[in-house]
Amino acid sequence: MTGRLATWALGLVVLAAIPAMPLGRAQEYIWHVIIQIFLWSFIGNAWSLMGRFGLVSLGHGAFLGVGAYGTVLLWNFFHVTPWLGVLASIALTVALALIVAYPCSRFQVVGHYFGLVTLAVGEVIRLLIVAERDWTGGSLGVSLATGAGASGLWTLQFADKRVFYYVGMAAWLFGLWVWWRVDRSMARAAMEAIGEDETAAASVGIHVTRFKMGITALSAGLTALGGTLLALYLAYANPDTLSGIGVSLRIVFAVVLGGMYVLLGPSVGTALTIALSEYLRIYFGIKLIGIAETIYGLALILFIIFLPAGIWGSLADAWRRRRAAPARTAPA
Amino acid sequence: MIDPIFLLEAVINGILLGGVLALLALGLNLIFGVIDIVWIAYVDLVALCMYAVYFLVTLYGWPLPLAGVASIGVGALLGLAVHQLIITPILASPPINQLLATGGLLFFVQSCATLLWSTDHRSVRVTLPTIEVGGIFISFTRLIAFALSILAMIGLYFFLTRTYTGTAIRAVSQDREAIALMGARPQRLYLVTSAVGGAMAGIAGALLIIQYAVHPYFGGAFGPLTFMVCVLGGLGNMVGAFFAAFIMAQIISVGGVLVSTEMGYVIAFVVFIVLMFVRPGGIFARRA
Amino acid sequence: MLDVSGVTAGYGAFTALWDVSVRVDSGEAVAVVGPNGAGKTTLLRVISGLIMPRAGRITFDGAEIGGHPAYEVVAHGIAHVPEGRRLFPQLTVAENLKMGAYLPSARSRFSESLERVYALFPVLAERQAQRAGSLSGGEQQMLAVGRALMSRPKLILLDEPSMGLAPVMVLRLFDLIRRVREEGYTILVVEQNVRQVLKLVDRAYLLEVGRIKMEGRAADLAEQDFVRKAYVGL
Repeated sequence: MTGRLATWALGLVVLAAIPAMPLGRAQEYIWHVIIQIFLWSFIGNAWSLMGRFGLVSLGHGAFLGVGAYGTVLLWNFFHVTPWLGVLASIALTVALALIVAYPCSRFQVVGHYFGLVTLAVGEVIRLLIVAERDWTGGSLGVSLATGAGASGLWTLQFADKRVFYYVGMAAWLFGLWVWWRVDRSMARAAMEAIGEDETAAASVGIHVTRFKMGITALSAGLTALGGTLLALYLAYANPDTLSGIGVSLRIVFAVVLGGMYVLLGPSVGTALTIALSEYLRIYFGIKLIGIAETIYGLALILFIIFLPAGIWGSLADAWRRRRAAPARTAPA
Repeated sequence: MIDPIFLLEAVINGILLGGVLALLALGLNLIFGVIDIVWIAYVDLVALCMYAVYFLVTLYGWPLPLAGVASIGVGALLGLAVHQLIITPILASPPINQLLATGGLLFFVQSCATLLWSTDHRSVRVTLPTIEVGGIFISFTRLIAFALSILAMIGLYFFLTRTYTGTAIRAVSQDREAIALMGARPQRLYLVTSAVGGAMAGIAGALLIIQYAVHPYFGGAFGPLTFMVCVLGGLGNMVGAFFAAFIMAQIISVGGVLVSTEMGYVIAFVVFIVLMFVRPGGIFARRA
Repeated sequence: MLDVSGVTAGYGAFTALWDVSVRVDSGEAVAVVGPNGAGKTTLLRVISGLIMPRAGRITFDGAEIGGHPAYEVVAHGIAHVPEGRRLFPQLTVAENLKMGAYLPSARSRFSESLERVYALFPVLAERQAQRAGSLSGGEQQMLAVGRALMSRPKLILLDEPSMGLAPVMVLRLFDLIRRVREEGYTILVVEQNVRQVLKLVDRAYLLEVGRIKMEGRAADLAEQDFVRKAYVGL
C-alpha cells in the first residue's frame, strides 16, 4: 500500500513542480496544454461517475454549457463575482439534471432511450444558447467582460497562467477524490446492483430513483464546475465548444479511450486525446483541418471493438492479473 | 397577430418537411428494429450520399435523376460496409459500446468530410418554379421531394410485407432464434437490412441535396432531430415514426414562423423531452 | 435415422446434459420424459443446432450434424417446434407458414405443403390473415406444428407441446400429433405430461438431472413407478 502512496506522492510532486521548471520559450504553451488536460480530465471524471453505472449520457454538453454560460453571464450583466456565480450556475445545472433524471428514473428510461434523451437535452441547451443571441452572443460566443475590477481574485482572472495551473490541478485532484469516495461507498455497490438488474435491486430495498438522481446530480454539478473553470480560464464561452453533441461525444470518447471503470482512466484518455490533437495541430498547421478528429473517430471504433476496457483500463486489468498469477504457480 | 397565410404556408412546409424526415426516420428505425443497434452516424451517412450526388452532378456532369439512382447504390454499399466492419464485431457488446462505436463513426465521417471537402456548404441548383396557390408560395422542388419520399416509403412497405426477404426481416426482428430454425441465417438478414437502410439513406440524400446545402456537420443539424422522431414514434415502430415525423415537422415549421427558426427547434426538442416522460416507449408504444 | 451418442452440453459454466445417448429410427415416435429442469429442452436444442455440444456425436441419416448451426440442420430435414412455440407474433398465420418454408427446397413445393397443412389444421385456413399473437393457445400450437411441416422435414422435434394448454386442448393436440405421425413423419417429442405422451409413442427415454435413467417400449415404461407417481404428483 505504501508503494502505491509513494508513486502517487512522487507523481504529484513532479506535476506541481512543472511550472517552476525551466522549459524554454514554449513553457506557457506547455502550461496551457496541461491546464486543458486537468480541466477536461476533471470533466471526463465527472461523466464517468454516471457512465460506469450504465447511465450513458450523450448530453453532458448541456451541463457544461449551463455552468459556463451561467457564471459568465452573471458576471457580464450583473457583475456577480464568479465565486458566487459558480455556485449559482452549479445549482442551476443540478436543478436541470434532477428535472431530467427524475422522470428517467421513475419511468425506467434506460439504455438507448436514456442516451437519446440526454442527447436531446444537450441539443436543446445549445439551441437555446444560439437562439437567445441577444444576451448570449449566439454562435459567436461571449467573452468575459474585462475592465473595472476584472482582474485578480475577484473574477479569477490572472495574468500569470501558473495560478490557473494550480487551480486546474486542484480541481483535477478534487475530482479524483470524489471518484474514489464514490467507488468506496455503499453507493457504488448499490449502483452496480441497479446496473445489473433494477427490479431485483429495488426489491432488496435499494432506493433506485434516489441513487440515480444522486449520481446524476453529482456528475452534473461537477461538470458545471468544470465548464465554469474552462470559461474563466479562456475568458470566453462558445456554444459549440461548451455545449451540443460534439463536445458531449468528445468527453465520452476520451473516457472510453482511457477506460471508464478505472480511477485514472478518464485522465489518461483525455491526456492522450489532447496531446494528439495538439501534436497534429503543430505538425499539420492549418493544412489538414479535421485530421485529429478523423483519427479519434477511427481510434474510438477500433477501441470499442478490440479494447473495450480502454487503454488504462486494459493495462490495469493486465497488471492485476500478473500480480495474481504468482500465487497460482506456488510450488506444491 | 400573424397573417393566417403565413401560418398556412408554415403548415404546408411542415408537411413537406415531414415527408423527408419520415424517410430518414424509417431507415434508421428499420435497422434499429431488426438489429437493435442505433446508428448514431446514420444522418452522416445520408450526408455522404448528398456529397455523392453533388460531385456526380457538378464534377462529372451526370443528370440529376441518374445521380439520384447512383446515390441509392452508394447508400446501400455504405450500409453493408458499416454493418460488416463495425456492427458485426460488436453485436454482443453492451449497448453503451454499440452507441459509442457508431458515435465514433460519426466523428470519423464528419472529420473525414472536413478533411476532404472542407467546411464549405455545397448544394445542387435545381431550377424549378415556385407554385403560388391563393397567396401561398410552395417550392416545386420541395413538392417533388415530398412525393418521392412518399413513394420510397410505399416501396419499403411493399418490400417488407410482400416479399419473402422482407417478411423474413420482420420475422428476425421478432424472434431471431425461431427464424434460424426455419433455415434462415440471421446474420445474412441483418446484412440485407443494413443494405436496405443504407439505400433509404441514399434516397434521402438525393432528395435532401436539392433542398439543403451539405457540409460536414449536416448530421449535427438533422441527426438529433431524426433520433427524436424515431424515439417519439417508439424505437423500431415504423408507423409510429411516420406520424412522429410529421408532428415534429409541424412543430418546427409553425414554431419557426411564430417565434424564430431556432426556437422552433427548441420547442420541438422540449416537447420531445416532455413526451418522453409521459410515454417513455414513444407516443405510439403498444405497452406503456 | 437420428443418432445422439454421448452428448454433453450446457450453458456457460452450467452443464445440463451428461453423456446422453438417444436413438430415433425412421417412422418411429419417440418420447423423452422427465421432471422440470431435467435437460429435455437442452437436448432438443443441441440436436437442432441452437446449442453446440461439448462432447459426443449427433448424426442424422448418416450425416454429421453435431455442432452445426441451426439453419444448416434444418436443411438436413429436421424441424424443431420450440418450447413456448416461438411464433412470430406480429406476422399473420399465413406469413408464419411462409417463413416455415424458407428453405429453397421447401419454397419450391410451397403450395403443396400449404394445402397439406390447411387440410390437417382447417382452423388455420380460417384464420389465415390473423396475427399469430392473437390466436388461442391451441391454435398457436397448431400453427407452430404447421410451420414446422412447411419445411418438409423428415424428423420433427416437439418441445413440450402441451405446455400452457387446457386439458381438453391437450387431448385434441395429441390427437393431431397422432395424425401428423400417420402422415409419415418421424417424431421426437419432449413432454412433462407423461401419461398422455406414452399413449402416443412407440418408445421413450426417462431423462433426470441431465442423464438417461431409463429407456424402453412405451407400454413397458407406462407400468413404471415414476409414471404412477406422476399420476399423483402432477
